[in-house]
Amino acid sequence: MNTQSYTSTTVPAEGTRSESLKAAALALVLGAGLVFTAGFSHSSTIHNAGHDTRHALSFPCH
Amino acid sequence: MIIRVLSTSLVAGFLAGVLVAVIQHFTTTPLILAAEVFESQAAEAPSLISPAVFRGDDARLILAHADHDAAAGGEEGWAPADGIERTLYTSTVTIATAIGFAFLLLAGLLASGDRIDPQRALMWGAAGFVVTGLAPALGLAPELPGMPAADLIDRQVWWVATAVATGGALWLILRSRSLALQILGVALLVSPHVIGAPHLHGGEVSRVPAELAARFAATSLAVHAVLWAATGLAVGWFWQWTDSTGRA
Repeated sequence: MNTQSYTSTTVPAEGTRSESLKAAALALVLGAGLVFTAGFSHSSTIHNAGHDTRHALSFPCH
Repeated sequence: MIIRVLSTSLVAGFLAGVLVAVIQHFTTTPLILAAEVFESQAAEAPSLISPAVFRGDDARLILAHADHDAAAGGEEGWAPADGIERTLYTSTVTIATAIGFAFLLLAGLLASGDRIDPQRALMWGAAGFVVTGLAPALGLAPELPGMPAADLIDRQVWWVATAVATGGALWLILRSRSLALQILGVALLVSPHVIGAPHLHGGEVSRVPAELAARFAATSLAVHAVLWAATGLAVGWFWQWTDSTGRA
């Protein structure tokens, strides 16, 4: 039972390794896109909306 | 799997983002608003600035973001009005950043094949803090409005390159069994700092008092650490919860 409990939260139990890697690639693209938009976009509207967050989380600003 | 990744990242990022947005409101944001007073004053009458008279409580009375940018020659165009509107936009962008961090953290966990639980996700969160917080701050200290800084694109390129190099270095050092790859990881870890972050060399003087800047740098790193820790714990917890309940 312990072994089953342990493996139930491992990635391979969710499916094949390739499924995990596909999901990881999608997560990487979405995560990088969100962080870039919030912290690095040169749009003045996005910059002004997120100005305080950029400073607070030490993204380069101004 | 895809739905589970999406739901975990969205929920964990939202929870961590809301927590950090509240913390920001009481820690970093007052310091940013205080710095903007010096920024706008210096733009209007540089010779009258006297950092020695700075008092944080007084400074908070002037919330002149929309004006200061134009006065300081910074970003123009629409900006949220000071007060609740600015707070809501700041909180929204913080939550978006936290969701982005949750996606990145989950991407690393899935690629590694590690077991996903709160403890392990918290350790990945600690690594995330080193990657996006500590390492870039070593070259580019968290900055307040009104502080002199090098070209924005140069700083952004160095920041991203440092984060990528640090992430790759941690992977090689912590997960590789080869000594040569571990040594390569150490070289990768220090290389951005050997190259050096872009800085101004013209002797520009900051408009912001050093005491305020120092407080902000320390506070910013602490907030950054809390964001990664909360994101990691929430990712690990929600991933396990969806597994144990058969949801997602």
